[in-house]
Amino acid sequence: MNRYRRGKPEKMMVSNSRGGKSAKEPRRGASGGRVSLLGKLRSYLQSHRHLFFSTVKRLASEPIQTLMTSLVVAIALGLPAVLYVGVVNLQQLGSRVETTTQITVFLKIDSSQKAIEQFQKNLISEADVDTVEYISRQQALEEFRILSGFGDVLDMLDENPLPPVFIVQPVAHFQRDLVASEVLVAKLKGMALVDDVQLDMKWMQRLQAMLVIGERFALSLGLALALGVLLIIGNTIRLAIESRRDEIVVVKLVGGTNAYVRRPFLYTGIWYGVIGGILAWVLVAVGVQWISGPVARLAELYQSLFELMGLGFFGLIVLLLIGASLGLIGAWLAVARHISSIEPK
Amino acid sequence: MIQFDKVSKRYPTGHEALNGLSLELDAGEMAFLIGHSGAGKSTLLKLIMLMERPTHGQLLVNGKNLNRLHRSQIPYYRRNIGVVFQNHQLLFDRSAFDNVALPLLVSGYQPREVGRRVRAALDKVGLLDKEKMNPIALSGGEQQRLGIARAVVHKPRILLADEPTGNLDPELSAEIMDLFRQFCEVGVTVLIATHDVDLISRMGMRQLQLQQGRLIQDGVPA
Repeated sequence: MNRYRRGKPEKMMVSNSRGGKSAKEPRRGASGGRVSLLGKLRSYLQSHRHLFFSTVKRLASEPIQTLMTSLVVAIALGLPAVLYVGVVNLQQLGSRVETTTQITVFLKIDSSQKAIEQFQKNLISEADVDTVEYISRQQALEEFRILSGFGDVLDMLDENPLPPVFIVQPVAHFQRDLVASEVLVAKLKGMALVDDVQLDMKWMQRLQAMLVIGERFALSLGLALALGVLLIIGNTIRLAIESRRDEIVVVKLVGGTNAYVRRPFLYTGIWYGVIGGILAWVLVAVGVQWISGPVARLAELYQSLFELMGLGFFGLIVLLLIGASLGLIGAWLAVARHISSIEPK
Repeated sequence: MIQFDKVSKRYPTGHEALNGLSLELDAGEMAFLIGHSGAGKSTLLKLIMLMERPTHGQLLVNGKNLNRLHRSQIPYYRRNIGVVFQNHQLLFDRSAFDNVALPLLVSGYQPREVGRRVRAALDKVGLLDKEKMNPIALSGGEQQRLGIARAVVHKPRILLADEPTGNLDPELSAEIMDLFRQFCEVGVTVLIATHDVDLISRMGMRQLQLQQGRLIQDGVPA
């Protein structure tokens, strides 16, 4: 009520208003147009501002219904968001692993110490090689004994079965260049002393391939759930329209256009989407927070500085935009079907 | 102002509500529509409101042929008409003030202008002190007056009423009719469907009597 400034009521219809028309009197005509264009624009904006708040008030007056619908929207938006977070984190993990791409060179088991030393010198002088680490047969055996727990078994063997190994770290620009790495591997394989060469990048390729699948999966799940959000919001709006049928009839009788009738419902749809988006973001943030502790401990075990990434501010904006758009479209679908069918009888 | 030219209306059910009806109402004129229920009074009003379209014939309102009015133009057309219903069609989820304000809000009036006009209309029907009340708390007569306030708040050129005194006692009915006459006196064209012949015969106004969708009598009774 306080939208309307309290003023002295104008004396009504004391004179024939079609007679003396004062300048302030809005223009009258059979086809409407009683309000000036600027005034129309102003009241249009005002009515939008009013709707912005009044639809929120209406939603707040039915908190359970609002929360339920928004939560369903939140879950539907949150699921693909969680998958997205997972994929992004694995990619991040992948890109970290890439920087430790290494080539393992197994020498022939009967290589002499002198030949090995010469081989190491040759390796270091290689332009594509950054660092070289030598693991002697004895070191390999000790390491294996500690890590595998098969120490007793090894003791039973007459001879050390493990070959001498070089761990080769290629120079930085090789890290992402699979072809160049393959060339280096082939070159190493061609050397006389070398028994076998392993490029520890294969699993990276597999991870990348899996991440592409994960991404696609998140996207398709997202699309399916977006359709779900449309249906949920559409149905909620349909019920809202039904419950306000009397009001719609009266508004149409006094000259309300379909657009006027539509507007509050479209706003309501947008609000459901926005609230759902915020809730989805909160759900994902809580989830990420919840598992970040264990992940940090796991990373510690791997001596990694890996840190779990959440959705962040950008994610919130995207969720809000997606939620609002789906809310608007869902509401529009419901409104388009139901409002024109409600006519005064 | 309102001109029916051989208008017929047949409902999809086959019911012939109006049958080649012709009549004319001048601007600023007031007339009563009488006849038994089912004679076509409500249909006639609905045609003017464009809640229904005629099956045959022409209907001109303020020089405009309603047959040529596109669906999307109907809301703007309706803003020139005020309607009062027997069952008021008031909304009980808002105050008396907000009920009356509705026609102004849908037409895009400024809030300041809305407040001024709504209070003027409420003052006119004697409900200014009840603007904050919910219509459900008002008496039958007050509800009807509130409905009238809503019908006239945007200063329509035509005022229609369908059985506006249907549920009211004679004294209140006379009060309501007097209100309508006051609007007529300031130039509004008023058309009222009623069966309250006793009441209106004392008013000395033009009466249009319908029977089975035809106009059988037209004029001021002696």
